Amino acid sequence: MQLKRRQFLASASAAALASPAIIGRAMAADGIKFVSILDQSNGLDIYGKPMVETTRMAVDEINDAGGLLGRPIDLKVYDPQSSIQLYTQFATQAAAGDRADVVHAGITSASREAIRPTFSRFQVLYFYNVLYEGGVCDINNFCTGSTPAQTVEKLVPYTMNKWGKKVYIIAADYNYGQITAQWVQKYVRDNGGDPVATEFFPLDVTNFGPTIKKIQQAQPDMVMSALVGGAHVSFYRQYAAAGMNASIPIASTTFGVGNEHKLISAEEGNGMICAYSYFEEVDNATNKAFVQRFRDRLGDDAPALNELAARAYEGAYIWAEAVRQAGSTERMAVIEALRSGVYYDGPSGRVQIEPKTNHANQNVYLAELKDQSFQILETYENQPPTDTLLVCDLVADPNQSTFKFENGLKAAGIDI
Amino acid sequence: MRLSRDFRGTLIVAFCGLAFTLVAPEVLEFFTIITLSQVIGLAILALSLALVWGFGGILCFGQTAFFGLGAYAYAVTATNIGGSTGAILMAILVAAAFAAILGYFIFYGRVSDVYLAIITLTVALILYSLTRRTSGPEYKIGNALLGGFNGTAAPPLNLPGDAGTVLFPEDTFYVAMIVLILAYVFCCWLVRTHFGRVCIAIRENETRAELLAYDIRLYKLGIFTIGAALAGLGGVFFCVGVSRVTPDVFSLSQAAVAIIWVIVGGRGTLIGPILATFALHYLTASLGSQALLNANLVLGIVLIVFVLLVPKGVVPSIIDLADIRRQRRVARSRERRLRLRRTRNGSESAGVAE
Amino acid sequence: MDLVVSLALQILYGIANLALISLGLAIIFGMMRVINLAHGEFLMLGGYTVVIATNNGVNIWIAMLVLAPLVVGVIGVVVERLLIRWLYGRMIDTLLATWGLSLLFIGLVTSIFGASTATTISPPLGVITIGAYTSSGYEMFLIVVTVLLLVAVYATLKLTTLGLVARGTMQNAEMSSALGVSTSRIYMITFGLGAAVTGLAGGLLAPITGILPTIGAVYIAKAFITVISGGMAILAGTATASVLLGGVNGIVAFLTGPTIGEVALLVTAIILLRLMPRGITGTLFRKSL
Repeated sequence: MQLKRRQFLASASAAALASPAIIGRAMAADGIKFVSILDQSNGLDIYGKPMVETTRMAVDEINDAGGLLGRPIDLKVYDPQSSIQLYTQFATQAAAGDRADVVHAGITSASREAIRPTFSRFQVLYFYNVLYEGGVCDINNFCTGSTPAQTVEKLVPYTMNKWGKKVYIIAADYNYGQITAQWVQKYVRDNGGDPVATEFFPLDVTNFGPTIKKIQQAQPDMVMSALVGGAHVSFYRQYAAAGMNASIPIASTTFGVGNEHKLISAEEGNGMICAYSYFEEVDNATNKAFVQRFRDRLGDDAPALNELAARAYEGAYIWAEAVRQAGSTERMAVIEALRSGVYYDGPSGRVQIEPKTNHANQNVYLAELKDQSFQILETYENQPPTDTLLVCDLVADPNQSTFKFENGLKAAGIDI
Repeated sequence: MRLSRDFRGTLIVAFCGLAFTLVAPEVLEFFTIITLSQVIGLAILALSLALVWGFGGILCFGQTAFFGLGAYAYAVTATNIGGSTGAILMAILVAAAFAAILGYFIFYGRVSDVYLAIITLTVALILYSLTRRTSGPEYKIGNALLGGFNGTAAPPLNLPGDAGTVLFPEDTFYVAMIVLILAYVFCCWLVRTHFGRVCIAIRENETRAELLAYDIRLYKLGIFTIGAALAGLGGVFFCVGVSRVTPDVFSLSQAAVAIIWVIVGGRGTLIGPILATFALHYLTASLGSQALLNANLVLGIVLIVFVLLVPKGVVPSIIDLADIRRQRRVARSRERRLRLRRTRNGSESAGVAE
Repeated sequence: MDLVVSLALQILYGIANLALISLGLAIIFGMMRVINLAHGEFLMLGGYTVVIATNNGVNIWIAMLVLAPLVVGVIGVVVERLLIRWLYGRMIDTLLATWGLSLLFIGLVTSIFGASTATTISPPLGVITIGAYTSSGYEMFLIVVTVLLLVAVYATLKLTTLGLVARGTMQNAEMSSALGVSTSRIYMITFGLGAAVTGLAGGLLAPITGILPTIGAVYIAKAFITVISGGMAILAGTATASVLLGGVNGIVAFLTGPTIGEVALLVTAIILLRLMPRGITGTLFRKSL
């Protein structure tokens, strides 16, 4: 059946959001369509490749256990090659061409913001499994990754107690970095500290010399980094080369999710502290088995596991659990099931959908880097996404599809 | 006589395009139509570069600067005034004005060759850095947030004078295709005007053209600005198709692929780069839908093989091939005629001898 | 005062860094008029050589100073023989070919080693203290190496027969060919040499940068702009352009921030090319190398 323009118009209107899907789906015993759109080449592949591997693993496991509702899951993977244009193209293809039952997609906020409207318009359930700056308020979009109120809020006071009150903030010069830097400033002030300086770096800067001099001049007690991507790895190396890691320690909101801790040597990284909702080193039986299965699957080439990879896996399982509970793959039924408190006890512990925001309550771990692996220092269980909760209430008003922090935190009414 | 035959070719191409426009929504899937609208924007970009480089001889490595400016100008204007018609004009105007200023700076400074390529590329990269810098609420033009790395939403097209009636994706496709066809016909016409022929003369030999008292700076500036206006128009359809514009439009790889479309399609033709855009985009997208091979690996091999085997670009090679065929055919028929005559003569002479 | 000295050293390093990543490109462009868009990937391959070699127990100095230039030099020669030599005199086609090559290298390295490769090396040579400020000893070492490299290239071009023949070929290929020089061989050696210098640069940067298959894209634009701003003279051009652009970038980045620092570098290049349309050495130091 072809989607005709009148139906398209109807589905485009906001009122239709809550109505049953207009696009007819083939309901025979054929597979359930699960589409994954994640970068597997160019720049962002350091994040995307492990996520695709764990997604495949989750789908294979569910299929081996008999599938969902007696039907197998058909996984289709697209590689948008780190291009926003291909993201929108594949999103349209997944929604209108493949008639996907669910799409798990996007790494950067830019890609998420580019494809989110497509899925709302075509009424296709959308999962975004990446840690990000918070603030998406969209009935159709489930954001399972951790947000600053879950991780940064723990990281800042812990490191300030340990190292001191003067914090120098460095961040990638784009929306994630800018908004995260604002969260860091807020939490530093909330804890009686002083964010002495905040500096932003374009994603392709590799020479951090001038900044390192500025840090030496400012003499902070610690550096908080929200640097992103391959080029920025240079910062940690040049910082160590200048002998700075011995005197002024670093905490980071991003280090490790692209497996950066394997890209720098042990002595360069030792002592760095990070907080995420998953580390490969998390100590529980489920995780041990998960890591083992992953290693068995990929052999020696297996990349290190991080929050993104684990959450891509858990995201698939949460969706599967919701489909089971709904007894159907119909979009609204699954959304209702998800919002009724579906949870999954995965490698990172319990991950449960929080119905006001469509984000997740999840465990947060604080860890210190030692010899290229993380040692868990603290565990905070079942943390709610309080940042997004400040601005979003989908229970009161489900007809929403916005990104509340698009204008920064101040515009969203948050004091920083 | 010869010109009119050339122009007949243009019209045939235009009619083929028109036929495709009418048939495509009936045969192709809905999502393909939406995707095609994006690619049409890129094809207009390729066409603009084909004009500026292929006919004006100006290697503009940063043609994407105008393309991206057009896209941003459209998105910002349409968000502010709430309609797309004025915004499209604005996009063309901004791109052309920027090119006129930059071109004045370049051509009247007598910068040429690879140095010109680097200046234009650098301009595109500056815009890339600057637009990425604009994340934050303070970077706002009217109601439109620039949005930094995430970019900003590009409103859909609407009926002229009626901002409330938004075009359907299929209608957007029709509009985009018709604009592409018109732009193509316009370029074909332009290179046949006096202005166009002077530009080609300058491409062939600057010194000689100058000695013939043509102000080559002015002609170069002219074709550069027209090309930029076209690129800006391409930016409009691209961002409408994607429904978003991000700083990626200014990136090095975007600038490089635009050059590649023209090389692959063939410099000195206008239809070649357009077809190459569709073909290479199709290839890139299909590589993204398979998991067997790394997309870069395949794309790299294709480009290298291409350069070695089809050095002139696809369309000129086909024309060459057709020419060779025709020449051979002509030669063969001439030979046949000759042979015929000879045998006839032979028999005649034989007859005489009898 | 401490700040000024240590900042000056830092800016000096920024300049050396720019010269280091551009020199190989300058050799290939200056001698052969080939625009090598795979230059960034040559740097990446140099870095990968060091990472893979040290992971397999090779001494870091040997990996950086011997293996990296050797491996990338050999790759350069192979590339020249298989691809570039068909394209001489077709500058624009080399753009397309080397862009394809760059994608091919990224794809190959990703397919073989994955999206990222763990490393164990860190910068050797410790820390230099200037009052309250510390600088990386390794970065100072890189400044010295860059200067030595420039001197070595100068000596090769100026003092050896090979250099003489190469310069002759560069000025007039037909004439040198008529004088019995195998221009094809000269081009092969030059391209290999350019690749080797690039590989060395990539190897030397390995301990202080992140090494990923896609990292080349970060360097390519800056290296290009430096080489073109420098103009035709390989050494004088690269050196003067690096001093100017690297200096502007370092100072502005320290005073304002890295983004404006990047933009200042690019704006300087544009103004420079407007004032000197054939690069610095197209106007000044015209007799230099």
